Amino acid sequence: MKKNNKKFLSGGLGQLTIPLIAIALLFIFNLIRDPGFFSIGISHNNDGNAVLAGNLISIINGASELAVLAMGMTLVTAACGGQDISVGAAAAIAGSVFVKVLKSGSGISGGTVLLAFVAACIVAMLFGTFNGVLVAVFKIQPMIATLILYTCGRSIAYWINGGATPTVSSHIITAIGSFIPGIPIPTPVLIVALVAILFKLLFHFTSLELFTQSVGINGSAARLNGINSTFIKLLSFIILGVCVAVAGTIGVSRLSLINHETLLLDVEMDTILAVAIGGNSLGGGKFKISGSIIGAYVIQMLTTTLYAMKVSSTDVKAYKAIVIVLLVVIGSPVVKQRFGKLLERISSKKKITVKGAEE
Amino acid sequence: MQEEILLQMKGIDKKFPGVLALNGVDFTLRKGEIHALMGENGAGKSTLIKVLTGVYQKDGGEISLEGQNVSIKSPQDAQNKGISTVYQEITLCPNLTVAENMFIGRENGSWIKRKEREKRADEILGGLGIPARSTQQLGDCSLAVQQMVAIARAVDMNCKVLILDEPTSSLDDKEVNMLFDLMRDLKSKGVGIIFVTHFLEQVYEVSDRITVLRNGELVGEYPVEKLPRVELVSKMMGKDLDELSTLGEHEEKKTIVNDVLYEAEGLSSSEAQPFDFSIRRGEVNGFTGLLGSGRSESVRAIFGADKVNGGTVKIKGEQVKVTKPIDAMKHGIGYLAEDRKRDGIIAELSVRENIILALQVMNGMFKPISRSEQEAFADEYIKVLNIKTASRETPVGSLSGGNQQKVILARWLLTHPDYLILDEPTRGIDVGTKLEIQKLVLKLAEEGVSVTFISSEVEEMLRTCSRLIVMRDRRIVGELKGKDLNQTQVMKTIAGGEA
Repeated sequence: MKKNNKKFLSGGLGQLTIPLIAIALLFIFNLIRDPGFFSIGISHNNDGNAVLAGNLISIINGASELAVLAMGMTLVTAACGGQDISVGAAAAIAGSVFVKVLKSGSGISGGTVLLAFVAACIVAMLFGTFNGVLVAVFKIQPMIATLILYTCGRSIAYWINGGATPTVSSHIITAIGSFIPGIPIPTPVLIVALVAILFKLLFHFTSLELFTQSVGINGSAARLNGINSTFIKLLSFIILGVCVAVAGTIGVSRLSLINHETLLLDVEMDTILAVAIGGNSLGGGKFKISGSIIGAYVIQMLTTTLYAMKVSSTDVKAYKAIVIVLLVVIGSPVVKQRFGKLLERISSKKKITVKGAEE
Repeated sequence: MQEEILLQMKGIDKKFPGVLALNGVDFTLRKGEIHALMGENGAGKSTLIKVLTGVYQKDGGEISLEGQNVSIKSPQDAQNKGISTVYQEITLCPNLTVAENMFIGRENGSWIKRKEREKRADEILGGLGIPARSTQQLGDCSLAVQQMVAIARAVDMNCKVLILDEPTSSLDDKEVNMLFDLMRDLKSKGVGIIFVTHFLEQVYEVSDRITVLRNGELVGEYPVEKLPRVELVSKMMGKDLDELSTLGEHEEKKTIVNDVLYEAEGLSSSEAQPFDFSIRRGEVNGFTGLLGSGRSESVRAIFGADKVNGGTVKIKGEQVKVTKPIDAMKHGIGYLAEDRKRDGIIAELSVRENIILALQVMNGMFKPISRSEQEAFADEYIKVLNIKTASRETPVGSLSGGNQQKVILARWLLTHPDYLILDEPTRGIDVGTKLEIQKLVLKLAEEGVSVTFISSEVEEMLRTCSRLIVMRDRRIVGELKGKDLNQTQVMKTIAGGEA
């Protein structure tokens, strides 16, 4: 009992407790409200494929871009103790590059799509490097450093396609944005899983996790242990760049067009929120990528629930804010500590009574 | 001496999950007395202090202040009742002025006009003989003066009980004396002072009474003149201190002739003046000098911890470039930094992660040490160095200071260095652990590891080093070995000039 309490308080499994409880509560709430809310059915889409359909699927699907960005943001947050607020704008740039390359050839083959994606990745990594250099080399506050790209990113995206919002029609793009024929699970969901696995592999086959946490917790000690903290911070931004390119590609593929004004608009704040709901400290240090993914699903589930309750889209933000305030307060160290003390008292009381019984 | 009882703590219990941190501890403080609270790490000193200052709530026992039963609910409450603490780390704001620091966060403080506030601050400072002006930025004052300002602040808040928690650990001798004068002055004004320190000499210099704790229990309360030093140490450790004396007799090591491991010529950094230095295989040498003499800065230059500006470095006879820590590590140099909290531990990471960190960095990011290997390494060193931790996955920040230091030692030992630099490895840790670390240094030297050892306790260096490099005003002013290695000679060389 005591061991569990300790774990609960000191991270580990405990970090995920609150986001998991949040998801469970939303789940239960929806089930009571509408027992059929989570029923998953099989329907046929326009191409005649049998695909999974239902609220749950659309929630998981809808959170894909957010989840991918949140994973990268977790790393930046951990290493730099700050957040990148330019991810939405950078995704618009990456999406624009993606479309630009797709449009440059005569037709769209698998090769062109791959080429376009690689181009989007490179560009997003370059912008990530720009942010990273400002933060890691020039020691500018991450939020200020990324404010630059946040401000001008969508203008750059506008220039790439000459101000137009070109559409791309290709079955490959449709497949990325919705379903691959023969597979009933939405492709963006598969992409999230793939990115998560890649992160897992990255942490397994390198010491990036240990180094990032060391830099985030105690930069001075990390340096004296030979860690190149500038490089670690820069790297976190570059990795986030890849996530941005992936999110941009998913976003473009869903609509088969690029709209530099609206693609992933305001996603940066939701991304940061997902990291926070996931129990990660926004001041850097220890982190859990899985927490941020759950955080992304919490946000999406909340939004979907509110829409399902016929809350108007203007009001949704206000209701969302209420729930988020609750989550963040419950997850705060102060409440955790109080709660921990309470548990301690209960467990110690129990012990005393047990002892008494023995005597 | 006045015998009026000021503060009485009776049968204080404090439980933490799994540990009884305080078990029926009594503590009595009289008016106008300096009372040393002694004990090894984990003895319960800090816990007792924290109960007294309202940081922790006691689980049993009574506290009475001037005969009145009191319950202390929070640090603020303690302060209002006249119990003030000055901690090891200065907790004031360095970017505010002295006067602002003295009045910040106090009732009515903000209502006093600036001029008036400065005038009052100067009066208080003058009255206590503290060499600071009210309009100075606190950060511009020396650490000792900052501490004194903190004390002045407490005094002005009508404190009856003043707790000084390791106040001298960052001060040099002159500053310590200034502090002691201030303490004696306050004592004569009837303030009861609880003095927590690791420095035995200081206890005997300034205290009237000693209370010794061990493993959360009271060992006893003694007037200082009735408790000889050796007895105090054995009471703290709970065993006789023969070991210390045998260690003292460590004979001059016969170092292998001229097998120079590391050699620097004209080495300088952004912090250190150019200096020459060399160390042989299996040699233990030390840098000594007053605080600010440049001893830490010099060893930092060896490790590449600060920006290296010039000089040639030869390791094992080959000329090499060491401009950043990783270079030094790759050439077999390890460095235990002076400031454990700031430059040593990664507090929130586990003991295991802290132990393997340096080795992992040397292996490179793409060759991670497997989890099972990490666990084996951690277990090995927890055992070898006798690190007291709940498990290898415990965050290192929750360990006691001495055990944190051992974790960092383990980190460097795991890299199997040829040359280990230990900057104040024994600062702020208990006598037992100090002894263990000194022994370890000698054992490493026997195995052929070169060690540079820095300590502000000269005795400790005399016990371990076969050569002492003396620094003053950022320059090397002498080198002592053989029969010159004694306290008098060291003091003379440090002081310099008219010997």
